[in-house]
Amino acid sequence: MNWTETLAELIRRNTSDLPGDVEVALREALKIEAPQSQAAVMLQALIDNTVLARRRHTPLCQDTGTLTFFWRVPPGTDTCALERSAREAVKLATLNGWLRRNTIDTLSGQSIDTNVAERCPSCHFEQDNRADEEVWLVQKGGGSENMSRQYSLPDKELGAGRDLEGVRRCVLRAVWAAQGFGCAPGILGVCIGSDRAEGFLTAKRQLLRPLGDTAADPALAELERRLLDEANRLGIGPMGLGGKTTLLGVKIAALPRLPASFFVTVAYMCWACRRRGVRVTGDTIEWLG
Amino acid sequence: MKQICYPFSEGSVRSLRVGEIVRVNGCVYTGRDRLHKYLAEGGACPVSLRDGALYHCGPVVVPQDGGWRVVAAGPTTSIREESYMAKVIGQHGVRVIIGKGGMGPATHEACRRFGCVYLQAVGGAAALLAQRIVRVESVHFLDEFGATEALWQLEVENFETVVGMDAHGGDVFADVRTASGAELQKLM
Repeated sequence: MNWTETLAELIRRNTSDLPGDVEVALREALKIEAPQSQAAVMLQALIDNTVLARRRHTPLCQDTGTLTFFWRVPPGTDTCALERSAREAVKLATLNGWLRRNTIDTLSGQSIDTNVAERCPSCHFEQDNRADEEVWLVQKGGGSENMSRQYSLPDKELGAGRDLEGVRRCVLRAVWAAQGFGCAPGILGVCIGSDRAEGFLTAKRQLLRPLGDTAADPALAELERRLLDEANRLGIGPMGLGGKTTLLGVKIAALPRLPASFFVTVAYMCWACRRRGVRVTGDTIEWLG
Repeated sequence: MKQICYPFSEGSVRSLRVGEIVRVNGCVYTGRDRLHKYLAEGGACPVSLRDGALYHCGPVVVPQDGGWRVVAAGPTTSIREESYMAKVIGQHGVRVIIGKGGMGPATHEACRRFGCVYLQAVGGAAALLAQRIVRVESVHFLDEFGATEALWQLEVENFETVVGMDAHGGDVFADVRTASGAELQKLM
């Protein structure tokens, strides 16, 4: 298996081809916005852009984002080799114009033109006893990442206590604070509990779930449904110009917490929700998402 | 649908109203965080921005035939430039800002005072907007700022935008923020 080639192809697909469920959601949203409204004009442009980027194999969005690879591999896998392949793939994809020169050395301010640096791209490995290997890639742009939030409950200003009603208040506040800055309509990944670091990672992982997926826990599933409905009543709309479509999905997970802590972590993803995967069984490649 | 062409006259800019769909034609300069900070701190601009358009954008560019081709060029979030924007408008005579998400009170006031307009491009629609860029005329600060933050001089045709903030105090983003804040209170 040539992993560098496979991962470069995964990047090409992910950067240029919006997942089908997200495109369907944009088309459904267009139907409920008033014809000729600014919201409708914006949504139509997003759909046209999606079709064009797919046809031309060019980036959907110029901010090709932070690249995060979530791996599931069998025990005994050489993860160092896989990470090296991911780095080579990023280099190649950047040369091909599938990724923007999107990495800055924080101290010097200089551009790192290869996009390969310490923890860039980011790789997370999990092992299990299946024989095949699977990797999912999320590309999340800076505009949306800047809108992600973390709340520590109780929060007096929001009137948010340590319960699901408190969680609901935090999430709605995060959507309102984001307005159109994160390229609405957005998709939220939410983590309740855990520590701050694990909270953000788990919230981001929720963005891998298809829009039709609901949380296994009935209370979380109900909260997902309610928050999507209520957020869309805020009237922020595509790009914050007003309208009925502010979010396309809300995906929530809960993790255990310390007695002293109760974090609500909200990962805001823009409409260009770039998530795709690949499963490799021997020499057989199956594209996912 | 309205059209505006470079050089953008004060009259053409003041005729625009919030919510109108406007197509931009001619020369447009890109500039984002590095350029705004540099200009606001008194740095010399290698091109004249007078009666020009500044596009908050870091494009994806690839070398082609000794020049450059833009493959993706949607807007970046404008509010990050709020602390610099009014100064840049006032000192450099910028008439048109193109970006996404809108800006704050200082830019709002500068638009009204100097005759400038804020146009919302479609966030994330990078492939679509790149099609409206017909040529890369020149690039400045490529080594200093890097390709993404550089000042690119682009020639655009029928670059579609919506007026987000006009020169008369109109601000669709402020309106939506206030109205959505009232809705939020009802849900809390």
